[in-house]
Amino acid sequence: MPGIERCVSEIVTRHGADPSQLLQILIQVQDVIGYLPADCLSLIAEALDLPRARVEGVAGFYSFLHSRPVGRYRILFSDNITDRMLGAPALMQALCSKLWVEPGKLSEDGLVSITTTSCTGMCDQGPAALINGRPVTRLDHRRINEIAELVRQQVPVSAWPAAFFNVEDNIRRRDALLASTAAPGDALRAAIRVGREGWLTEMERSRLRGRGGAGFTTAVKWKACRDADGADKVIVCNADEGEPGTFKDRVLLASHADLVFEGMTLAAWATGAQKGFMYLRGEYRYLLEHLQAVLERRRAAGLLGAGIRGQAGFDFDIDIHLGAGAYVCGEETALLESLEGKRGTPRIRPPFPVTHGYLGRPTVVNNVETLAKTTLVALEGGEAFAATGTAQSTGTKLLSVSGDCAYPGIYEYPFGVSIERVLEDCGASDAQAVQAGGASGVLIAGYEFHRRVAFEDVPTAGAFMVFDSGRDAFEIARNFVDFFAHESCGFCTPCRVGTSLLKGYMDKLASGHGAKPDLADIEWVTRLLKNASHCGLGSSAPNPVIDTLVKFRPTFERRLESLHFEPAFDLDAALATARRITGRDDAAAHLDRKKETQR
Amino acid sequence: MTRRFMFDGQPVAFEDGQTIMEAARAAGHFIPYLCWHPDFPPHGSCKLCIVKVGGRHVSSCALPAKEGMEVESNTPEINAERRALLQMLFVEGNHFCPSCEKSGNCQLQALAYELEMTSARFNHIFPDRPVDASHPDMLLEFNRCIFCELCVRASRDVDKKSVFSLTNRGIHKHLVVSAESGRLGDTDFSRDDLAANICPVGVILRKRVGFAVPIGQRIYDEKPISQVSMEAEK
Ligand SMILES: Cc1cc2nc3c(=O)[nH]c(=O)nc-3n(C[C@H](O)[C@H](O)[C@H](O)COP(=O)(O)O)c2cc1C
Ligand code: SF4
Ligand code: SF4
Repeated sequence: MPGIERCVSEIVTRHGADPSQLLQILIQVQDVIGYLPADCLSLIAEALDLPRARVEGVAGFYSFLHSRPVGRYRILFSDNITDRMLGAPALMQALCSKLWVEPGKLSEDGLVSITTTSCTGMCDQGPAALINGRPVTRLDHRRINEIAELVRQQVPVSAWPAAFFNVEDNIRRRDALLASTAAPGDALRAAIRVGREGWLTEMERSRLRGRGGAGFTTAVKWKACRDADGADKVIVCNADEGEPGTFKDRVLLASHADLVFEGMTLAAWATGAQKGFMYLRGEYRYLLEHLQAVLERRRAAGLLGAGIRGQAGFDFDIDIHLGAGAYVCGEETALLESLEGKRGTPRIRPPFPVTHGYLGRPTVVNNVETLAKTTLVALEGGEAFAATGTAQSTGTKLLSVSGDCAYPGIYEYPFGVSIERVLEDCGASDAQAVQAGGASGVLIAGYEFHRRVAFEDVPTAGAFMVFDSGRDAFEIARNFVDFFAHESCGFCTPCRVGTSLLKGYMDKLASGHGAKPDLADIEWVTRLLKNASHCGLGSSAPNPVIDTLVKFRPTFERRLESLHFEPAFDLDAALATARRITGRDDAAAHLDRKKETQR
Repeated sequence: MTRRFMFDGQPVAFEDGQTIMEAARAAGHFIPYLCWHPDFPPHGSCKLCIVKVGGRHVSSCALPAKEGMEVESNTPEINAERRALLQMLFVEGNHFCPSCEKSGNCQLQALAYELEMTSARFNHIFPDRPVDASHPDMLLEFNRCIFCELCVRASRDVDKKSVFSLTNRGIHKHLVVSAESGRLGDTDFSRDDLAANICPVGVILRKRVGFAVPIGQRIYDEKPISQVSMEAEK
């Protein structure tokens, strides 16, 4: 295979044969070949002088890398609960039958493969899909028919109607950040004027806390990194935005990228870092070209590179790395592993990234929104920034509102805004619950709508999914359980096995075969996940189930077949293979469990 | 001045940089583990060594000891959680102990006895994992893998061969060997590698030595794992 050899060698050379570029190399090789065949992995391993098993280990970790051929048209339906509520499952089924392909399988002619993927961050304009990596929004039956036709005619995706790929910002409420009129470089000028030390003092005064979930005080992180041993510090922008229901970082990257890159540069000014990375989730790859162009413009304007804004010794530049479909890589230490070209397995902490991060160097990892917010601190000063919001949560927060409401999109509010107020503004008149913070966040029931969005009350990384009274809380929880089982990295026992067991219990309940002892087992598994997991993915994985059990318990109990009998083995499920082989799915091909046990 | 923390109500001395596990063991306290190994840095994946410190669960193999910590380990609560973790490991693989060559020498089985695990409790996952018998001297019985990565680490860091790696993720995570064919026989693996002799369960087995020591007279048939493990400490 001389073609493959040349391709591999070119791509590896372009990346300086650097093993830390392994993931980027795998992505690019796959772009050319379509998938990553076994001999190709051997070639890459050889070219990078890495053990072959390590390359196979990395290639197998990421959802968007394939060891087997996939369709020339690869269609991935976003499988968030909001997509499901908008009818995604039926649309996927329709497309599968039109194109004669089974979900998850490759069509016999190798033309098309169709399956689901975790939330693609288009919840305000779903149902959405990724077609050969490009987002397609607002799917409906008409659009599905058109897609089927384009695939059948083998029209290249680049020639499909541009309207399919339209991604809107849907900014519904602007506050300090989204209304900012700062020109590129303004915030940097202000921060340079007060000096590195003075700038960090402003950050301290702002009491800005991280917007990526954990809410850690940003200035404390920056200071720890600045003070850590090692001159070669690193700033990482976490643009992995994998939390289902969250899409505010996408809008910042699409329309306010300068603020984000400027925030990274401000972090470099405070810490003395010279190297920056943006880790961009694979789902947002369509933004890559635009982001590179912004970087190029900033370099040309002297806002990146050597001697930024004429300051001798202020040298900083930014590389963009792509993810490849792994939610866990949003966890900061998994992200660092992935940046180093490894499997996205969270590290043992301590040590923390601020002292031992990227390649062991002191590293700041901040969320997209956090970094953008630092430009406001530079421009207004720390005290002015801290004047909005609440005492413990200063400034504003971007919410990604989706689900059952008239006006889904991005809303920027000062921290402390009540759930009620958001519901009113987004036109949700019949809400029974809100999932704040995404799958790993909290389910807020109607009687709690007076609560406020703030770290001290309802913390949220930005997701705000609305469910009206017609929705079934059990199905919401089940969707999130599926998500966590799919996204567990598999490193630690409780999460690897626990998320899978939990999925099994939820499926059993959904099929009407659950029994009271299952609830006890569910409670055990959730307890282990909470207590014993290695990282935040595992410890928050049971949240949707725990919340639903506490706040919407009847939706579970309604599904119990019996309060005592515990069928350990599902006879009917065991017949599934036989049914598939014989092409039957009629009533007589199913066992009626109730009758069986009564006999 | 020696510094101390409290381990199940008893004072334990420690040195700077020692983990809870290391200090507790040096003081004669056994903490269950599967992925930990005295000759390797902590790994932290099996979670059998969880303890409670100030009400929070932590991995004792990885957390450095600190002056004045109150550590709870051998309590009904923590042991119940450890038992459930063992049950998870059992249902995740295919473990038929009576027909396993490692029976009696297996740390998973021994810990199940130690922690009085009497049933698997959860539904079995029944994974489909093929056996690899391609190597002249060694056999890989993947059905029993608990992903401790000791073979991965030993082969990479000691044998300098990197014969093993994990691929895929979540419940589909599995071990692969460093060969395009995927067969152990096509690697430079040898029966004398540390990686060939480190598996705590019955995955990496020597061919032609089946049942040389009869079941009933093996390591953990004679003494509980808590005792065997601590003898190594002396
Ligand atoms: C499973 C998991 C996924 C995460 N995903 C993201 C993410 O997509 N984006 C993000 O900014 N932070 C994410 N985080 C939080 C990061 O670990 C980290 O706290 C954050 O990037 C720090 O930035 P901040 O201080 O600016 O919030 C995730 C955490 C966990 C446990
Ligand atoms: S909790 Fe889950 S995602 Fe986190 S390390 Fe464990 S297996 Fe991986
Ligand atoms: S084969 Fe054995 S040593 Fe290797 S990961 Fe599996 S259980 Fe651990």
